[in-house]
Amino acid sequence: MPDSLSSQDYVIHARGLTKRFGAFAAVDGVDFDVAAGEAFGFLGPNGAGKTSTMRMIGTVSPVTAGTLTVFGLDPAHHGAQIRSRLGVVPQADTLDNELSVLENLLIYGRYFGLPWREARRRAGELLDFVQLTERSGDQVEPLSGGMKRRLVIARALINEPSLLLLDEPTTGLDPQARHLLWDRLYRLKQRGVTLCLTTHYMDEAEQLCDRLVVMDKAKIVAEGSPRQLIERYVTREVLELRFNREAGAGEATGEGVNLDSQLEGLADRIEHLPDRLLVYTADGDATAAAAFERGLRPASILVRRSSLEDVFLRLTGRSLVE
Amino acid sequence: MLALRLSAPAALTRPTRMVERNLLVYRRTFMVIFSGFFEPLFYLFSMGFGVGALVGAVQLENGSSVPYAVFVAPALLASSAMNGAIYETSNNFFYKLKYAKLYDAVIATPMSLSDVARGEILWALLRGSLYVIGFLAVIAVLGIGGLGLISSPLGILAFPAAMVVGFGFAGAGMAASTFVRKWQDFDILQLAIMPMFLFSGTFYPITAYPPALQVFVQCTPLYRGVHLIRALTTGTPDVWMVADVVYLVVMGLIGLAIVSKRLNRLLLA
Amino acid sequence: MTAGAPVAARRGLLVGLTSHPSFRFLEHDLLVFRRGWHSYILSGLSQPFLYLLSMGIGLGYYVNRNGGVPGGVPYLNYIAPALLVTQAMMAASAESAWPLMNKIAWDKTYLAALNTPLGATNLLAGDLMWIAFRAVLISVLFFAVILLFGAVSSPLAILAIPIALLTAISFAAPIMAFTATQKTDQPFNMLFRFGITPLFLFSGTFFPIDNLPLFVRPLAWFTPLYHGVSLARSFSLGQVDPVADLIHVAVLCGFVAAGLVAARITFRRRLEV
Repeated sequence: MPDSLSSQDYVIHARGLTKRFGAFAAVDGVDFDVAAGEAFGFLGPNGAGKTSTMRMIGTVSPVTAGTLTVFGLDPAHHGAQIRSRLGVVPQADTLDNELSVLENLLIYGRYFGLPWREARRRAGELLDFVQLTERSGDQVEPLSGGMKRRLVIARALINEPSLLLLDEPTTGLDPQARHLLWDRLYRLKQRGVTLCLTTHYMDEAEQLCDRLVVMDKAKIVAEGSPRQLIERYVTREVLELRFNREAGAGEATGEGVNLDSQLEGLADRIEHLPDRLLVYTADGDATAAAAFERGLRPASILVRRSSLEDVFLRLTGRSLVE
Repeated sequence: MLALRLSAPAALTRPTRMVERNLLVYRRTFMVIFSGFFEPLFYLFSMGFGVGALVGAVQLENGSSVPYAVFVAPALLASSAMNGAIYETSNNFFYKLKYAKLYDAVIATPMSLSDVARGEILWALLRGSLYVIGFLAVIAVLGIGGLGLISSPLGILAFPAAMVVGFGFAGAGMAASTFVRKWQDFDILQLAIMPMFLFSGTFYPITAYPPALQVFVQCTPLYRGVHLIRALTTGTPDVWMVADVVYLVVMGLIGLAIVSKRLNRLLLA
Repeated sequence: MTAGAPVAARRGLLVGLTSHPSFRFLEHDLLVFRRGWHSYILSGLSQPFLYLLSMGIGLGYYVNRNGGVPGGVPYLNYIAPALLVTQAMMAASAESAWPLMNKIAWDKTYLAALNTPLGATNLLAGDLMWIAFRAVLISVLFFAVILLFGAVSSPLAILAIPIALLTAISFAAPIMAFTATQKTDQPFNMLFRFGITPLFLFSGTFFPIDNLPLFVRPLAWFTPLYHGVSLARSFSLGQVDPVADLIHVAVLCGFVAAGLVAARITFRRRLEV
């Protein structure tokens, strides 16, 4: 981030941002900036404070302490003005089940003060964009989870926002629906819409985010692009080893220590998960061969690229999805 | 200055968008709304004419004697305005607030929670006005047929008067609903509504009560509504009508203020 | 051993009866009831109290002053048994509509039960027993309040309780049959607005149906509520007319029987597919 930018130049600017519910701090003094046109992500497990941060940005939750500006405006005083330029995709769908697909978009446009004719025009385009045109007259209830999510995204775009807030956009969707959704979000980004999203899926963060912060227990623990974070905190590759516990000899006690000593010098770092061993190394295949030479006989061997999941494990000692 | 001039019309037009939303919904279930028009009429025929034949004439507060139907019709109009407002702002509002999560979506737009509260009350009044007009129209037709239930030109003011009753109860009912946590809690609300319906000088003059009880009943909102509308339809105006209007309008405004405050606490945590 | 045998046999008979699968679903309803019983008792006592006070005594004062109802009984005594039957009927009707729809379509309690040895007919019978239980509870509480007001003219008045039960089922059974054919709860609004509420107002509860216009009077004959109200009133006032009362009972039984047959068919059609 160049230092020459002032808080006015960022779409979102936060310093020491804090949200407390009674004695409990949901967000504890976080700093971040989101520039126009970028896709910015909050990565972290459930309860890390992502949703609370998003609700403060969306001006539906008052800031307890610290500074927050959105479009250079203070949410406490210019809530309606901020919201008029904002698109929000909340974690729960909050669609109007008493209205049809099209009517959901129309009335939402009306909430933004669009004339009916304009709301109708945009709704038509947006249904096309999220591929729901043929369901436009249907009730919302019977739509699939993926369709509802797409409809919520279309709804969030009815006011042609310059900033789109997405809270866990693909949680609970099947892989096909997720990829379709990612594709639409990617197109929005290409059109210059600033995306700000939360996720606990590392693949989603890698797919969508130019830059992200890793949140854990109400604090930001790291910041950078997905590539930067991986380079900074973990090795290029991971060797995943599984051992057949029943067949192995002398593994019941002191197994970890035993394996660690056998792998001595072969890895940068070793993580013990309940069901497998993660060996961080620059070249997974070479390490696997070396381990084999030393007499290790794992039940299965997998070599893969390091991911944000590994970054999170390194930073917090825990998995993202528990 | 500019901001002020711009925000004034928005504060007026934004609540109407909640009304538009409800119109979109009820476009499909028009019969449900339309049929509500019959309920006060059924009561009018049952009480006014069926029971009326048993009761004969009753005395108004000014001592003049009128047929029972003339006595009970304005009270049924006031009760119907109360019940309509309460129904819309209790069950329907609670459903939208807690189950449909409608307002969670609305607050992500430039609409404020005051806009939501005003809009929903406006909707309750519009819906109620349909029934009031229908009820008054039937009374007018009966009048042409020789069963005159309105004995004064002041009766035309029964329409705005019923709207005032509706506003008072809509504000109070919606305020109460923001404190409700589960459906069964509405039983408590009914425990206040039903006695008012039965004892507020609705079905018989409150002169039947001991003086202390009379004063108590006179302090209840439905009694004020009944008094107001009855004074207009029977052509017996008195100064207490000012108290009726002030009482009900203030009750509605206080309710509205509580609603805005409570919604902010519930939705903007 | 031998001395205990008859006891065991008797208990065996009771177990044999209540072990019928239909009782399993009644138990479900009673478990739910156990959590909210105090609100049932509260409204079961407050409603009759408020109605009898307002209509019976308040409005009654003006009716009695004007010559009263035909037969010369106080207005309170006239409406008390009728209101008792009406309240049981209204509760049974409501219970056969929305809560039943909930079990069939919304919470789908029935679908879970159908995965057990219970069949559609057991669910129907179980829920009918539950509605009967509610009707009796309401009637007993109502009767207690009537006694409190001293609004009874004959010991036969207590028969209002079984009559209310019969009337309640004569409504519940056909409405349950109807509910099982519906996809949404919208028709219920119509049913109550144009069916149940007018019946409450025009079936002779508050005034003799002779006060109705001539052309509507025959309509009352076709509604079970009129028969229930007339029956309860005739016993309560000690004005028993064997022929008329037998006709009333026969009509009510007819509605019950027709409703049961219809409900059995629609339940099986809806649930056993």
